[in-house]
Amino acid sequence: MANSEQFRVCPRTGLQYHKSAEALIKANAFVAVVFLLIGGLLALVIALTRWQAIHLVQADTFYMLLTAHGLDMLAFWVIFFEIAVLYFCSSTLLRCRLATPRLAWVGFALMLIGSVMVNVTVFKGDSTVMFTSYVPLPGHWSFYLGLILFAVGALIGCFIFLGTLVVAKAEKTYEGSIPLVTFGALTACIIAVFTIASGAIILIPTFLWAAGYISHIDPLMYRTIWWAFGHSSQQINVSAHVAVWYAIAAIVFGAKPMSEKVSRGAFLLYILFLQLASAHHLLSDPGLSVEWKVFNTSYAMYLAVLASMIHGLTVPGAIEIAQREKGYTRGLFEWVRKAPWGNPVFSGMFISLFGFGFLGGISGVMMGTEQLNMIIHNTLYVPGHFHATVVIGTTLAFMSLTYFLIPTLFNREVILPGLAKWQPYVFGLGMALFCLAMMGAGTLGVPRRHWDITFAGAALPYEFPGAALLMIATFAVAGVIAVIGGGMYVLVTVGSLLWGKRLDAGVYSSETSVLKMPVVSALTGHGQAAGFAAPGTFVVAMVFLTAFVLYYFVNWKYLSTVWGIA
Amino acid sequence: MSAILPPGQRLWWKQPLDRVEVTWILIAFTWCMVMFFMMPYWHVYGKQNLSTETYRTTPEAFAKKAQAVIDQYTVRTETDEKIPVVHPPAGADVFLIARLWSWQPILELEVGQTYRLHLSAMDYQHGFSLQPENINIQVLPGYEHVVKITPNRAGTYAIICNEFCGIGHHKMVSKLYVK
Repeated sequence: MANSEQFRVCPRTGLQYHKSAEALIKANAFVAVVFLLIGGLLALVIALTRWQAIHLVQADTFYMLLTAHGLDMLAFWVIFFEIAVLYFCSSTLLRCRLATPRLAWVGFALMLIGSVMVNVTVFKGDSTVMFTSYVPLPGHWSFYLGLILFAVGALIGCFIFLGTLVVAKAEKTYEGSIPLVTFGALTACIIAVFTIASGAIILIPTFLWAAGYISHIDPLMYRTIWWAFGHSSQQINVSAHVAVWYAIAAIVFGAKPMSEKVSRGAFLLYILFLQLASAHHLLSDPGLSVEWKVFNTSYAMYLAVLASMIHGLTVPGAIEIAQREKGYTRGLFEWVRKAPWGNPVFSGMFISLFGFGFLGGISGVMMGTEQLNMIIHNTLYVPGHFHATVVIGTTLAFMSLTYFLIPTLFNREVILPGLAKWQPYVFGLGMALFCLAMMGAGTLGVPRRHWDITFAGAALPYEFPGAALLMIATFAVAGVIAVIGGGMYVLVTVGSLLWGKRLDAGVYSSETSVLKMPVVSALTGHGQAAGFAAPGTFVVAMVFLTAFVLYYFVNWKYLSTVWGIA
Repeated sequence: MSAILPPGQRLWWKQPLDRVEVTWILIAFTWCMVMFFMMPYWHVYGKQNLSTETYRTTPEAFAKKAQAVIDQYTVRTETDEKIPVVHPPAGADVFLIARLWSWQPILELEVGQTYRLHLSAMDYQHGFSLQPENINIQVLPGYEHVVKITPNRAGTYAIICNEFCGIGHHKMVSKLYVK
């Protein structure tokens, strides 16, 4: 069976692509970028509408576009790309054939039909219900059906990933354990299966409700189960982009994990605890007990936060060690200064890592603290946080990976290298300012998903402080900068596929080679057991921790001044 | 032994750890425990803990109870729509109805007094957002959430809706007085 399969070895990277998997990876990544483009254009209109001085579109259009933006970005862009990452991390990294490629195409078709169906329904104006579609806010049945089809397609993708791991094991295409990056992808896949199951449990009855077969869906039950889908889908992203960070550190620097045990243990903590965080969304809800909230919102005593803090150290730590081994050993930070800052694969990944940690991570813990949630819930702080995690974290990590994939997977030279070089900075730093300003506005109480915070036409309007309007104007400008950065990405990637110089793809044949374990002389990570191998990273980690602790207690201080609530 | 290759050793879990990692894990774990115990600590010593007192209700039942309180304690009306301003006695049960797209009634409270605020929605989900205090609570139809509030500063506050509830969402804003 395996003998009839066609493979090629990329002459530049040595990666081995299975012909069927290659086509699927390309298709999923391409559709992902199309949704990113649509979502980005919507983002532009949304930012220019929230900017009160411009206030571009009317309320109904604004809410409709916001619904589409949320779905196209949070669901369709990231999940299409993640399916590509899953296929890459299994078939390509393990040098094996992809399990049941025909079924994978069925999954792809379902995802495509579902996502198009959702977009059509939303743009017809039938389902302005936001990403969350909280019942009893009514959406059209085709909206929920589209989501269900998309989810089923994604689930097929997950099982094909798992099947491919089985194939690789059975056909002995690798020695020893699966690579760390594949293990990270496996984590993402396990979380995805849980996520999609939760989505099915709530979206199927909601679909039947919208179609008129069920009379009532309890809003609190909906929120509880929907968030097991809605928040967990973002945990897929976290696992996937951490895997991508490790991959990029390995690709650009040849970095080894500081310790396989620690990094894999941290991924295991994700599998065990990351899902509990959907409780973050229910902290200001009625009807749930304090014990339930505290246990779940803290991922059972913050063990998934611990995992993220570990990855946050080990990824740059691995880079530092690799750089020090190349001779960049002066001082604490020569390894940073001598990093390839002009290579978008690296710079994007590094900005992604820092933005995710400092902006997304810290703010996420604030919102996820039971009592602090009261001064944050549903304000602009919330989108400020998740743009730092999903846009700076996930999206930018995926963008960086694309610059690596264009020559090796698509066999094209990246066009406009000057533009590509600047793209992660424009996008990443634009988004960072965007997130900070959004969180600032949220701290001043500005609500999310709101067309007009001057409350024009209301009987009893409220006037937000001038600082809030300034924050909103700032995030709108920063948002426009980020959209430009996103446009640069789409231009470079799509342009490279169309006009990039064709590169040697290697020859397809049925010959394959086994993925050998690297030859290492002794059982040590980097020859420095019991040393202090990454002092620069450790210092940065301590700076991070200091910022974290200070900001955490500043928020408690702020909470202590508001009205008594009991 | 790079991250995209299998580990260099079959027994990779026996590799000793670098001190950077061990130290950081211990520090991070300690911080995680501090954050965890901060929440129960605040339940004991803090003054801002959202109550979990909740009852199932229906829009009709809740509106009826709210109307009784409005009839009893209304002191005046405001705006052309004659929105009642309710001044309840200290410690009273007060009701706030969230509906498309208004909050009813306007509450007039006293500094330092504690009230039992009943929240429920008549139609879709809404978001109780007290400004500029920035206290935010989700309001669901079918659930009556009882929150004890103790205003600590006099002034005119606004209650805005911060859960998307349709085209008139941005007009769903009301006042709350503290004297």
